[in-house]
Amino acid sequence: MSDTVIPVHRLTADELSARTRRRYAAERRFRYYGIAALSFAFFFLIVLFASIVSNGWSAFVQSSFAIAVKLDRTVIDPDNTGDPNVIRAADYTKLARQALYERLGVDAESRPERRDANGLLSRGVDTQLREAVLGDPSLIGQTVSFNLLANGDVDALLKGAISRDVPEANRQVNDRQVAWADRMVEEGVLKKRFNTGLFTFGASSQPETAGLLVAIVGSFFMMVVVVLLAVPIGVAAAVYLEEFAPRNRWTDLIEVNINNLAAVPSIVFGLLGLAVFINFFGLPRSASLVGGLVLTLMTLPTIIIAARAAITAVPPSIREGALGVGASKMQAITHHVLPLALPGIMTGTIIGLVQALGETAPLLMIGLVAFVVDVPSTPLDPATALPVQIYMWATSAERGFVERTAGATIVLLGFLFVMNAAAVYLRKRFERRW
Amino acid sequence: MMNDTRMEFQTMEQPMAAEQMRNDTLKMTARDVDVFYGAKQALFGVNLDINNNEVTALIGPSGCGKSTFLRCLNRMNDTIDIARIEGEIKLDDQDIYDRKIDVVELRARVGMVFQKPNPFPKSIYENVAYGPRIHGLARNRTELDDIVVTSLRKASLYEEVKDRLDEPGTGLSGGQQQRLCIARTIAVNPEVILMDEPCSALDPIATARIEELIDELRENFCIVIVTHSMQQAARVSQRTAFFHLGKLVEHGETQEIFTNPRDQRTHDYITGRFG
Repeated sequence: MSDTVIPVHRLTADELSARTRRRYAAERRFRYYGIAALSFAFFFLIVLFASIVSNGWSAFVQSSFAIAVKLDRTVIDPDNTGDPNVIRAADYTKLARQALYERLGVDAESRPERRDANGLLSRGVDTQLREAVLGDPSLIGQTVSFNLLANGDVDALLKGAISRDVPEANRQVNDRQVAWADRMVEEGVLKKRFNTGLFTFGASSQPETAGLLVAIVGSFFMMVVVVLLAVPIGVAAAVYLEEFAPRNRWTDLIEVNINNLAAVPSIVFGLLGLAVFINFFGLPRSASLVGGLVLTLMTLPTIIIAARAAITAVPPSIREGALGVGASKMQAITHHVLPLALPGIMTGTIIGLVQALGETAPLLMIGLVAFVVDVPSTPLDPATALPVQIYMWATSAERGFVERTAGATIVLLGFLFVMNAAAVYLRKRFERRW
Repeated sequence: MMNDTRMEFQTMEQPMAAEQMRNDTLKMTARDVDVFYGAKQALFGVNLDINNNEVTALIGPSGCGKSTFLRCLNRMNDTIDIARIEGEIKLDDQDIYDRKIDVVELRARVGMVFQKPNPFPKSIYENVAYGPRIHGLARNRTELDDIVVTSLRKASLYEEVKDRLDEPGTGLSGGQQQRLCIARTIAVNPEVILMDEPCSALDPIATARIEELIDELRENFCIVIVTHSMQQAARVSQRTAFFHLGKLVEHGETQEIFTNPRDQRTHDYITGRFG
């Protein structure tokens, strides 16, 4: 045909404007969907945070009695030996109770009254006084003011978790204890104070003496193990795969497997850790070292994938430039590629660490669900981890543990938030243009 | 310029290099060079001599193999896994594909400037100092400073950047970046400089400056340049080689090629029939 005009259908002006309108409407609709999806996600985020914070903020305060305790030498160290073992074995509960009896004006002859008064104090006051005296033996014989921990039930009463409307027979604290507590509050003796115990105590069956220190230290050790192992191994693997490995069936297979490993349910890594590290290598159970090793295995794929992506993103022209002036391949990588890939690698690493910090399932398999009172001093000592501690507290019934579950969640989220902020900061700090 | 403008810093062990620069005009020779990318053959039996103190231009349509050939001259193709090279390329009578040849040393002797200016994301100073530093060409900071300044001068960039040597090289304009890359290349005192379409990303003014620079550098270096622009080849080169479909069709004096080509394909290309 000689006619070169393409036979298109000519639209009328009306048809054209209708089409334009429809196109604009479709674009607008699409934008609204996006905004709706975002608002939806944001709403649930708010709900989540609101519920955690409203449940958990009360875990950061703890009721205690500000009472002067007479550290009677005849009770602590009657023979004046100064022997720490004698001091350690003394009956500190008795001292604390006597101080409270005096403050309340309890009839020392009446057993029921004494029992009710005893019920106001936490069992942890024993440790509280002992630690103080062991720390400074010169206190013996003096009268020292202490914030003696209140019993979990009194704490719950003050926080409104135990209702006064409940008939006395069904209530954890009886009428006399309520009356005492009210009087002490009025006199300013019994008060909610910042709960340092949450960060300084280990596991305990009483909520008021249960803290996160063991879990925090355990998680810290695990993070150290993960950073020391996963980062060098992961980055080295990524550099090898990206820069040195030949492209063949084997490297393809390895690549597929790394990507798959990143998606393997974490509990499987726990089983692997149990079989390999504990059963085969005979490492101790409940040790944060084993936890760290398992989390290393779990984090490795994430780090390798992130590092590879960061290395690939370095423009080839930079490598060529380095090779062009006679740098060896190794020099091109260490002098140019890695420094440029560093922000991406660090971001990926921190995201991997955050993931590892929040991981619970694999740790359950290797015995990190444990009742550990003593703070671990090495990664081989029994320990727990933050998320595992949350899990354990969540299964306890007392009111005090409910708030502590949410409180510990806030602490964990705080750590995650700080680490994410660090990732963002590092990325911004080291980002370079080319 | 005199012969003694050749940079005065230390060179690596290069036996008789200085003599050869003056006496022997033949610098590199390629004999029967075939290049394969996997199963696909990209170059077919290329024979080419490259002379000292001359600019040799490689021209030809896209995909004709001129860049491939250029990258053979400093073994840059080694970085491509599937590339395979047959034949013989000699630098001063030394086979550069010989097993005894260290590729890093070779690339220090045969430097390369790339199509897109690719300064390192470091300071201007560090960009130029990088090569001398990794090759140990300066014994102290004063010598290094000397190399950097001399190289920048030779690349006719010094006057523009002398007050901001600490600023990132990536902050310069495109033409300045390319001159910085040239300074970076000559800082290791190579014998041959390969340029892969060094002006294709630049505007005409920047291009003119680079072309002037190439002409000046010819005094001290052997230069091989790949270019898309026939005018550029005509302006800067003394010898021209025309590639087509992986074959070296014709090579000779630039003037000869452009005024009196022997091959019909060369004639068609330089008159703009294809390309």
